[in-house]
Amino acid sequence: MDLSPGGLTSPLNDLALRTFTEFILERCPAVCLDTTLDLPLTYIQLTVTRTIELILPSRIESIEECAVFAERVARDWGYGDDFVGSIDLAVRESVANAVKHGNKFDEEKQVRIDFFDREDGFEMTVRDFGSGFNIEEIPDPTDPENLLKVSGRGILFMRSFMDAVEWETNDDGGTTVKMVKKR
Amino acid sequence: MADINISERQAGDVTVLDLDGKVTIGEGSVALRNAIRRLLGEGKNKILLNLGGVGYIDSSGIGELVSSFTAVNKEGGTLKLLNLTQKIQDLLAITKLLTVFDVFDSEAEALSSFS
Repeated sequence: MDLSPGGLTSPLNDLALRTFTEFILERCPAVCLDTTLDLPLTYIQLTVTRTIELILPSRIESIEECAVFAERVARDWGYGDDFVGSIDLAVRESVANAVKHGNKFDEEKQVRIDFFDREDGFEMTVRDFGSGFNIEEIPDPTDPENLLKVSGRGILFMRSFMDAVEWETNDDGGTTVKMVKKR
Repeated sequence: MADINISERQAGDVTVLDLDGKVTIGEGSVALRNAIRRLLGEGKNKILLNLGGVGYIDSSGIGELVSSFTAVNKEGGTLKLLNLTQKIQDLLAITKLLTVFDVFDSEAEALSSFS
């Protein structure tokens, strides 16, 4: 199947359209809400119904600001208290990591947060513009030798309260963490 | 409004800190740190942290509890926790810190455990 941009001008049968849409959604869901694409938006909306983006400066106050915003988004999208509580904790920890460890409090650097209301749950991505890190090098805070360390528990919290957490190093610098909480 | 209010009372030789609010990165964690430092500076090293009014804590706040615990131990004292909310109990369980802290639901029992 031709997945190049030029290929879009040709009529696509249903299977090809489905495959193409899933291909795009997997890599860049926000793009699929671009109505300039010659695709039936109704089909796309079944997969990702809504997206919201928030861009904040790298400062401590942005953590609370983002948490308040995320709670409002999750409640607007119909999620209940326990679910919202998990989102709140994960967004605080991920934005704190982006501000502190990613952008190192450099207010010239942004933290970009995207929320996706998916058929199967709530997805959010948090992107910083720092120098990146290797998740494998983060010590296990529950290891007896690390129990009394002051920091290093944020990632454990994110993994404990979300169903899926993945990190990706961006081609143009920084790290994006993608978190999904299933309905 | 401040993230957290910390009030102090004395029960024999034990100092009880009643925390009300959020212990999170920034103001909440700093307020707890300052309160513990001040008590240690005054020679008060038997400390009971009443977390019953703490509606929210993040990893930074948990780190501050650990930091307080080690600072008090270093001064030859003891720091114990009282009235954990379910959420805080869950977070301490996830981090395996329930194996580190002495935790109480009853203030009377907590106070008598210091003697």
